[in-house]
Amino acid sequence: MALLKLEHVTIRFGGLVAVHNVTLNVDKGSIHALIGPNGAGKSTIFNLITGIYPPTSGTISFRGRSIAGMPTHRIAALGISRTFQNIRLFSDLSVLDNVLIGAHTRGGWDLTGALMKFAPWVQREEREMRELAFSRLKLVELDHRAADSSGALPYGEQRRLEIARALALCPELLLLDEPAAGMNPQEKLALMEMVERIRADGVTVLLVEHDMKFVMGLSDRIAVLDYGEKIAEGDPCEIRANPQVIEAYLGKAAPFTDAASDNIPVARSAVCW
Amino acid sequence: MGEVLQAVIARIDPYFLQISVNIGIAIILALGLNVVTGLTGQLSLGHAAFMSIGAFTSALATIKLGLPFSVNLLLAGAISAATGALIGYPILRLAGDYLAICTLGFAEIVKVVFLNLELTNKAFGLSVPPPKSAIPLPIVVWLAALLAIVAVSFIRNSRFGRALMAIRCDEIAAESMGINIARYKVHSFAIGAFLAGVGGGLYAHSLGFINPSDFGFLKSIDILGMIVLGGLGSIPGSVIGAAVLSTAPEFLRFMANYRMLVYGGLLVFLMIFRPNGLMGGVNLKELVRSWRS
Repeated sequence: MALLKLEHVTIRFGGLVAVHNVTLNVDKGSIHALIGPNGAGKSTIFNLITGIYPPTSGTISFRGRSIAGMPTHRIAALGISRTFQNIRLFSDLSVLDNVLIGAHTRGGWDLTGALMKFAPWVQREEREMRELAFSRLKLVELDHRAADSSGALPYGEQRRLEIARALALCPELLLLDEPAAGMNPQEKLALMEMVERIRADGVTVLLVEHDMKFVMGLSDRIAVLDYGEKIAEGDPCEIRANPQVIEAYLGKAAPFTDAASDNIPVARSAVCW
Repeated sequence: MGEVLQAVIARIDPYFLQISVNIGIAIILALGLNVVTGLTGQLSLGHAAFMSIGAFTSALATIKLGLPFSVNLLLAGAISAATGALIGYPILRLAGDYLAICTLGFAEIVKVVFLNLELTNKAFGLSVPPPKSAIPLPIVVWLAALLAIVAVSFIRNSRFGRALMAIRCDEIAAESMGINIARYKVHSFAIGAFLAGVGGGLYAHSLGFINPSDFGFLKSIDILGMIVLGGLGSIPGSVIGAAVLSTAPEFLRFMANYRMLVYGGLLVFLMIFRPNGLMGGVNLKELVRSWRS
């Protein structure tokens, strides 16, 4: 069953069509990847799903409910959370506070709750939010840094903290925008295991990533975008073999000469990532 | 009870009493602006306008209605907060400088309205009779300041306060975490206006005379100076900033004509050496812990 459905979604910024007629189904419980060259519209699709931009045309539905044009905070409250391509932590706040803000929709007490700080019902909610926050920090192995300032964390830990913050929302769908960017090979492996664990906990994952090893090793399904259009979709094997995908990434093959045809096996292995 | 307190107050040197009242009012005003600008990150240059709304409401409530002082102050706060929410709803969609200019314009409008209203005695100003209260005014001011400190610290360390700080740090990320930015901004603006209104009511009764021109741009900047000096977002910072800047003209009095020069110089000096304010980036709990060990 499709948890998230995009149907014929298009967005135009003035004369630029950033995403054109994209249809995408993300199945519940799957790890789905969006790949494509820079500027293909991957992050724009994330911004469309999370309501940062309303689509120019087309429909987006989550759990069978239309979310196109809904304000971002309401979409988040429905159970879609995300990380950002260029990390957007609340960098003057502590690691714990960041995750607690991620858990915002789990609580309900506002100003009245703040002023009744010592009321048992407010304290209970605060304690539950803290427990949730710590469990998410443990998941990304950052619980020992809870009191540190989040802006002072090294890059890889900031990326993990963003994931912990997104998970504190207890989402049904998690959008990861280039989670492995700037990580070293060991960190990438650890991240792959982490994403697997998150999926095993019942969270559907949609991710944008440039690292092909990461995408091929992790995804159930891959959609390929180029110039704002979906040019292919399938499991990793189908995508590897798809000539249109190879063309989008590597350009058109040169006319065959004898010398070039000698090189074909080499070229083939090069596109097999 | 009331008479005992009166007797105690009567034994305190009136000069110091007045200074302590000024500090208490400044603390309430600074804390209000600190919620808006320090916690939520929305630069307001019109805080004095809310103070004037509170001051005139409270003065008129005493003169025309003869309301008891506590009700009177709550009314001043409530009307100011309602105005804050009303004006905040459209203008808080603006960011940064644009918002600042709008709050500045709003403050000028409020001033001009009070300068032309028959009810507030136009440019002559209002003479405010002593409040109807069994408890002497200085004690009301101290209590109100204490309550404001407690309330704002509670707000800062709550789910509500974290949402405000998230908006300050990154609006898009805050929204993506399910925070209704517009609503929280309006709430924070209303809280700031409420405290400014209460502060204004206390100011009107402590001074005994108010004039719309007292609540101009310079007054707003004075309050902004307090929270910047203390450190944006820091509650002990607001208290210290308010205490220092509201008494600076007094302890610099010996320099006579040069005091405003020295006052300005001190501010420049501080911003060079502690650009985040006196208490900026200082965590009181950590500080106490490190002193103990």
